[in-house]
Amino acid sequence: MADTPAKPLINLTVNGRAITAPPGTLLIEACKQAHIEVPSFCYYPNLSLQAACRMCLVEIEKMPKLQTACTVVVSEGMVVRSETEQVHRARKSAVEFILTNHPLDCPVCDAGGECELQDMTFKYGAEKSRFVEPKRHRDEQQWSPLIYFDRPRCILCYRCVRACGEGMDVWALGVANRGVNSTIIPNHEDHLECEECGNCVDICPVGALTAGPYRYKTRPWEMTHVGAVCTYCGDGCKTTLGVRNDTILRADNRDKSGINGDFLCVKGRYGVDFTQHPERLKQPLARGVGGSAELKPVSWSYALGTIAKRWLEIQKAGGSFGVVGSTRSLNEEAYTLQKFARRVLGTNNIDHHRSADYPALFDALGGREGQPVPLAPAEALKAGGPVLLIGGNPTDEHPLLAWNLRWGYRLNKTRLYILNRDDIKLRRQAYRYAKVGDEAAAVRFLNGTGAASASLTGVGEASEKRWPQTPPSTVETVNESLQEFRARLRQEKDVIIVFGSEISGDAIRELVAFGSGLEGTTRYIAMSDNANSHGAADMGLYPDLLPGYTPLSERSKFEALWGGPIPAEPGMDWNQMRAALQQQNLCTLYVSGANPFRNTPVAPESLKQTFLVVQDLFLTETAQCADVVLPALSGYEKAGTLTNTCGEVQVQKRGGGFEGAKSDLEILYLLADAMGAEWGAASPDRVLQEIRTAVKGYGVSLAKLLSGESVMTAPLNGRVPHRTAPELLLPNRDTLFTAGTLGRYSVVLNSVMERHLKKEAAAE
Amino acid sequence: MTPFSQSLEQKFQELMARYPARRSALVPMLIYGQDELGYLPPAAIARIAELLDESEMAVREVIGYYSMLRLQPAGTYHVQVCTNISCLLRGGDELMEHCQHRLGIGNRETTKDGVFSLEEVECIGACSWAPAVQVNYDFHQELTPERLDQILDAYQQRAGAGERAGERA
Repeated sequence: MADTPAKPLINLTVNGRAITAPPGTLLIEACKQAHIEVPSFCYYPNLSLQAACRMCLVEIEKMPKLQTACTVVVSEGMVVRSETEQVHRARKSAVEFILTNHPLDCPVCDAGGECELQDMTFKYGAEKSRFVEPKRHRDEQQWSPLIYFDRPRCILCYRCVRACGEGMDVWALGVANRGVNSTIIPNHEDHLECEECGNCVDICPVGALTAGPYRYKTRPWEMTHVGAVCTYCGDGCKTTLGVRNDTILRADNRDKSGINGDFLCVKGRYGVDFTQHPERLKQPLARGVGGSAELKPVSWSYALGTIAKRWLEIQKAGGSFGVVGSTRSLNEEAYTLQKFARRVLGTNNIDHHRSADYPALFDALGGREGQPVPLAPAEALKAGGPVLLIGGNPTDEHPLLAWNLRWGYRLNKTRLYILNRDDIKLRRQAYRYAKVGDEAAAVRFLNGTGAASASLTGVGEASEKRWPQTPPSTVETVNESLQEFRARLRQEKDVIIVFGSEISGDAIRELVAFGSGLEGTTRYIAMSDNANSHGAADMGLYPDLLPGYTPLSERSKFEALWGGPIPAEPGMDWNQMRAALQQQNLCTLYVSGANPFRNTPVAPESLKQTFLVVQDLFLTETAQCADVVLPALSGYEKAGTLTNTCGEVQVQKRGGGFEGAKSDLEILYLLADAMGAEWGAASPDRVLQEIRTAVKGYGVSLAKLLSGESVMTAPLNGRVPHRTAPELLLPNRDTLFTAGTLGRYSVVLNSVMERHLKKEAAAE
Repeated sequence: MTPFSQSLEQKFQELMARYPARRSALVPMLIYGQDELGYLPPAAIARIAELLDESEMAVREVIGYYSMLRLQPAGTYHVQVCTNISCLLRGGDELMEHCQHRLGIGNRETTKDGVFSLEEVECIGACSWAPAVQVNYDFHQELTPERLDQILDAYQQRAGAGERAGERA
């Protein structure tokens, strides 16, 4: 990219104004860059060209008829007129024609108020129609639990067809019939079988495709629109929340300003309904009220007082503490939680639900002291450079990374090398794809010179075919094709290596050794599950690491900052805490926004000696065992920052509210106060400031951050002395429609899953 | 599973090998498939999609686009009356009306006995001899209602004898 010399710009004249554009630019884009509006419906940047709507017709000198600006490439000396009488007449006719069958039911249409057809009709005319034929009516159709189709509203721009096929590689929408009978159709007669991402709904310029969860609920102008970061997976997409009366009514992608551009998956778009689930905790619960063994509602002051009293008693008796943090809490909250554990509770027994071995990655990259760690932002996957994807399944677990990889493949010829034990969907975009028995063994093979070991048998052949062809059937060749895979990969330059939780500890060190041997700058993305898994790791939710992967031996810096001592010895990780629980050796466990008992259950009788405090949105398996439960706010209801799986930090804005619950940060400050720690009132801004100065790699530009950009964190190199425990990496292995606790309480996601389960049952 | 004959399956293989991209064979496959089965039932769509490694929806998109491709069975003799400009000037629409009366069916309908179906079509390329009617693959030109009656009588007789007309060689 950067090393190709810039080609001279093309000069052209539009409406008498001289403008320039790079060679290859479409006329419509060149006009847009020059702030000359050429209206269109079917044109959509980065999708294939359609020229279906005829709205963008312009006059071009020396061309006999009006031309569609969306398909004409600029050329030297071109003279264009976009505001002549003839063009105006053409636009008016185009709108009149598009409205032939359109029902003009704007007052009841979901798109009313944010409809491109409405705007264009208003602006370009067709206040009268010469058509006398009656408009054809068709009833609305429900194509899936989420997607509805109102055929008469459709203007046949085919944006949805292209977004679904080219963008998502799902190809679930098509066009049937021709002429006046043309219609968009779903892939299965009367219904859709797809990934339910809803990109078709978002890209629809009218109200033909609408979303079940939002239909007929409100009008766009009645909501405030908050650009928040999605709280589901680790990709950190921006999802614009439509909020009315402090209630989140929808999420979509209307401002397209986030790192995700045009894209959102089903969770980011439709999973927000968990915030309104009836089982959401509205007030603290505690056991022992009035002698009852059950959890009963209590006031906040009672709950906080009970916890502080008990913790102070345990402290006095020299008892042991355990703390489990959240991978969804904000950076400020994670940072404060470990500070609270270390300074107020006086323990290093703190851990979180790990799904990527970040300490090992930073340790492995630690050779070049003083250099920032070469992490790749999500955007980098679009650029077209070679990518090695090892393990994981981005299509399901990291939909944005998968979208970017497809983008790079489709528009910039990314050469994608895949090593995976499963036939993941992204192999359809693979340049070389090898199915391996064990990804870690494959990394050892890559880094070595020998033949592939027996554990790597079952190799699949790479895909020579290019999109949109479907994947090749696997060919039974072993060893030779892996050798070739390795040989080709070693000739690549500036590779981005994306890896899943299959690669941890020494395998990461092997991988980095391999990556360091490649030409150019090799960059890395470690895929972790949740919205702030990376942030939780960066903020020091480890028993042996302080924020910024600072070893405990260097704790004096934080002791000075926090005004007191930090325990010198590494604490217990989750497995050790769990063992201590089972041996009835842990006096108290504080679980903040996590549900460890779901994956690693603990026998209820072993909890008898442990004072268990849980703060969460719902009464999870862990919360059900608690002595005191504190209702927490969701990620959409508080402000702060989040770090995505790539290491990009972004601001989270408060969308809705929830009466009765408090943010994790507020709760920590109240607990600190109740424990006598005089922290004052909670302020995310103040904590962020502390993070920016104290946490390695987080000295990011406040201006960039607060203006809504994503900013790459850059942890500085240095060895990270950390005990790698592969058994502690417990990836969720989420599907497109599941996501731990949040997903379980999303009625919408559940409805989609139920339908898929029914379909599977019917197929059997 | 294929609804097609072995010889047609063989022909499909030859067609698919003929083009740089396999899917280019789609339209001829649909036409030959329809010739054999009389229309394109779901099993035919599924088979052709399978052969071309395309989705069934992609196949349906193409069928929907071409008016000569049918998802419903037509009569043994599919009467296609041209009413484009040359035929129209020389009485094409009278022929269409005549057919409707004689056969007792409307456009795109089939007689109860399944012998005839009727369709008003666009230009069939026989302008020099207008008005023209195509029955399956047979052309009949310079027609009058009387001449058309004779032609339809002949087909009626052949249907009685169990014969099928005009299949593509």
